[in-house]
Amino acid sequence: MKAAPFLYQRPVDMNAALALMAEAKGATKLLAGGQSLGPMLNLRLVQPDLIIDISGLAELKQVKRSGGELVIGACITHGDIEDGRIPDVTRGAMQRVAGAIAYRAVRNRGTIGGSLSHADPAADWVSALPALGARIRLRSLAGMRELAIEDFVTGALESVLHPAEIVEAICVPVMRPSARWGYVKACRKPGEFAHAIAAVLVDPEAATARVAIGAIEAAPVVLRDAASLFGGRINGDFKRQFDARVADALLTKAGITNAADRHIHVAVLRRAIDEAAA
Amino acid sequence: MSDVKHDLSSAAKPGAGQGVGARLLRKEDDRFMRGRGQYVADIRLPDLRDVAFVRSPLAHARIRAIHVPERYRDVVFTAADLAGVTPIRAVSGLPGFKISEQPVLATGKVRHVGELVAMCVAATRAEAEDIAASVTLDLEPLPAVHDMRKARDAGAALVHEHWGDNVFLESVFEVDITPALDAPIKVTREISTARQCMSPLEGRGVVATFDRRLDQLTLYTGAQMPHIVRNGLSDCLGIEQARIRIVSPDIGGGFGHKGILLPEEVCLGWLAMRQGLNLRWIEDRREHLNASANCREHDYRITVYADRDGRLRGIDCDAIVDSGAYSSYPFSACLEAAQVASILPGPYRMPAYRCRTFSVATNKCPILPYRGVARTGVCFALEIMLDAVAAAAGIEPFEVRLRNLIEPGQMPFDNITRKHFDSGDYPQAVHRAIDAIDVAAVRARQRGKEPDGRLIGLGLSVYCEQAAHGTSVYAGWGIPMVPGHEQATARLTPDGGLEIRVGVHSHGQGLETTLAQVAHEILGIDTAKVRVVHGDTAMTPYSTGTWGSRSMVMAGGAVGTACEQIAERAKRIGAKLLQLDPAAVSLRDGRVCGPHSSIGLSEIAHTWYRRPQDLPPDVDPAGLESIGGYKPQRDSGTFSYAVHAVTVAVDPDLGDVELLDYVIVEDGGVLVNPMIVDGQIYGGLAQGIGTALYEEMPFDSAGQPLATTLADYLLPGPTEVPEPRLDHMETPSPYTMFGVKGIGEGGAIAPPAAITNAVNDALRPLGVELLHSPISPRRIVEAVLAAGEAERPAA
Repeated sequence: MKAAPFLYQRPVDMNAALALMAEAKGATKLLAGGQSLGPMLNLRLVQPDLIIDISGLAELKQVKRSGGELVIGACITHGDIEDGRIPDVTRGAMQRVAGAIAYRAVRNRGTIGGSLSHADPAADWVSALPALGARIRLRSLAGMRELAIEDFVTGALESVLHPAEIVEAICVPVMRPSARWGYVKACRKPGEFAHAIAAVLVDPEAATARVAIGAIEAAPVVLRDAASLFGGRINGDFKRQFDARVADALLTKAGITNAADRHIHVAVLRRAIDEAAA
Repeated sequence: MSDVKHDLSSAAKPGAGQGVGARLLRKEDDRFMRGRGQYVADIRLPDLRDVAFVRSPLAHARIRAIHVPERYRDVVFTAADLAGVTPIRAVSGLPGFKISEQPVLATGKVRHVGELVAMCVAATRAEAEDIAASVTLDLEPLPAVHDMRKARDAGAALVHEHWGDNVFLESVFEVDITPALDAPIKVTREISTARQCMSPLEGRGVVATFDRRLDQLTLYTGAQMPHIVRNGLSDCLGIEQARIRIVSPDIGGGFGHKGILLPEEVCLGWLAMRQGLNLRWIEDRREHLNASANCREHDYRITVYADRDGRLRGIDCDAIVDSGAYSSYPFSACLEAAQVASILPGPYRMPAYRCRTFSVATNKCPILPYRGVARTGVCFALEIMLDAVAAAAGIEPFEVRLRNLIEPGQMPFDNITRKHFDSGDYPQAVHRAIDAIDVAAVRARQRGKEPDGRLIGLGLSVYCEQAAHGTSVYAGWGIPMVPGHEQATARLTPDGGLEIRVGVHSHGQGLETTLAQVAHEILGIDTAKVRVVHGDTAMTPYSTGTWGSRSMVMAGGAVGTACEQIAERAKRIGAKLLQLDPAAVSLRDGRVCGPHSSIGLSEIAHTWYRRPQDLPPDVDPAGLESIGGYKPQRDSGTFSYAVHAVTVAVDPDLGDVELLDYVIVEDGGVLVNPMIVDGQIYGGLAQGIGTALYEEMPFDSAGQPLATTLADYLLPGPTEVPEPRLDHMETPSPYTMFGVKGIGEGGAIAPPAAITNAVNDALRPLGVELLHSPISPRRIVEAVLAAGEAERPAA
């Protein structure tokens, strides 16, 4: 199939982009890497009146360290992260996540901000970044707001992004030396969308744990304080303390009615925890 | 016949020069590897217009009205416009067959999602799709027949009301089953294979143009069977065959999908003739997945009876094939089910047998014969059952095979369904396979514990592939296409080259190479100077085309026969030029040789065409171009076969399956080019792995197909297909030229059975037995949980 007709604009800077969005009548879509939007246009699943191509905006390709976090421009590609072209504050965690996203051709063009805006529950950043405690910066002519990733993604292909708002950057906190990271996904084939994802950040010293269970056809289940999965408190023995029944109950509550699906999710979570403990 | 002997022992010599048996690089690869192939979508004609179709969004509905915006009235065509066009009819002569009429544009009702309703023409495909989107359909939804198991229930909705039920054909094959009923081992299972899509890299496509001077419609279409497309098109358009030319250029994978007459072909042909437009329609992947190319969906309720030692006493089976809404042309809606009943016993001996089959109409697009046709499902059902018999008898699965396979001393052998097995040593193939996969080593590994907690399994499957079956077989099925003698034209050119024209089509089989090898075997002409012309009804002799693994046997035989005739004529001319008696010369290495002198074929050709003044007056006027016709001595088919053996590791928590080792022992008779045969097996294996583990087109209860893109319809890729270890046996067929057998489909037949048996072997300690393909992670985990062996949620 071929895309339905649309107008195309390629603004030169952020202000021009925001102005275009504010003025736009009818449906507008932002185009960054186009790795999700492109197929959706061709399948006519989306038929915007206007496409604003933001892939040329220098403001969205900046990366800088700011206090205890790394601020990553929304148009940084998965390949930029995979190849180490930007600094890392996660002791390699983001690099490994990026390197396993889809196929290299997708990673060359697909962007971290685009992936989050699209909010596909099976996408890697949608689960990995909440576990890392990342936040998202949104900008419009009205100003800037910042919120936790888990507050940004609200459902399958749903977020709190306003029509005239643009994802500007992702803020990733510096990972503490004592923190342990685990990230596991189950895919039918390498490069395919996952059917189960688990991201785990456990810090036994600080007695904290963040857990995201993703690819569940809704927003991921994010536990900012995951102590309940580990018998109520986090310590160095968290691997043995993991209580699969609690995880299973969480998934049931999240609406996963098929026992086999829950079983796979819980098994993937267990493996992510094992990886963190290794 | 000539004095060119088909000495099997010499023909089978491996790698002998360029002739039969040589591992010759493919001639066609030069253009393919350089990206110079020409496919339908590459064809450019002046002022070429694109067509997009309005397709039914519903599986089953009555058409109340089709609303076309006024401004598009001239470029949108519906059934009401198609005056004189008749529906596609593929009637089987089997008694009781009910006829479906497939309108090329929907009339009265729509019967599957994606059925063509209107044709829209514009300068580009995008604009044509815009127009298609502006056409609105007023449809009255009807209940959809979406499950073949319920299609025969009383009160089920009817796909074709005037039938009174949803059964294209019910058939029974029975050899008194009662003697088997007291067998000590009786295993019963319900087994099924998912609906699939064939998914060649290139979809279908049509470019149509009308030549006023010739008063001829030319249709460029990726067709395995161009002459059969012409038959069907001539019928539907109601015009003489001579006014239609079908050109089938390079094809990016056929697999059966490109053997079918499409309503799109009829639509574009009609409009090109009517308006003199150059038109193009290129199938996109969504059309392919949802509106075409469906295949494979079988359901078996099967009981196998055996003695305590695993010897088969009989099989009793009810099988259903979900044939979809229409009988597709030319293979019909019941070829698949008719095959099930006749091939289910496979290469095994048994004294009793009964199989009842139903070809059921549903609100899905028509089922088409995919590489292996019914054999993949049959092999899946039977080989899973043999493992169940082995478990019941407490013996190794390979023992069950060895105790029941036809013995080499029994060849040729007529099995219980009167299939005539021409040759082969099936037990030897099993022995070679179990040696290669090393059963003892796998069993030892299974007794240990894998460090990663996975479970190891070993599976095998045996199949036979009846190929190049001809008149006697297809006349019985009475479908619109019955193959007779195959013909080929051979022409020695004035420069000593050879042109071969065949009505079959080469699309991955390497026929441009292997037919040249056959010519070389007989005439000694360098294969570089042999051109094989195919894919054009104006340039080739009539043929039913490429299907049923028939082309090497049939076209190979025809080319061989034509070349023998050329050889005879060249010898007679050569003898004249050498002033020798024709009986005193022979043809060797491309030269006509007498006791003391010789003359090359190129010199003979030069003299014949360019210097006829040098020929004696009494020369044979027949010349150096000849049509050869060929049928094997028996046309009941060649039987190639193979044993697939696979070792897997199964993750019982995630349901993942890894193929650790894959062995194929294959006997395809005398191999014309073993390297090409290897390639055919690799490709077939990849498709078989798809059937086993990945490919599934699910439907909801409204008859909506649920896998609409390749993100949902998973195909195996490089990381999913291991490199198999191949071993060839070469038992010649006693009935064919050179002893060749058809091998094109085999690779796709055995993998689902072998892999499922291996997974079942791995999971047997958990009490798990998988019976439905594909064995996806969810099916595996569900079975593990259902078996009650898994621990609590996170085992």
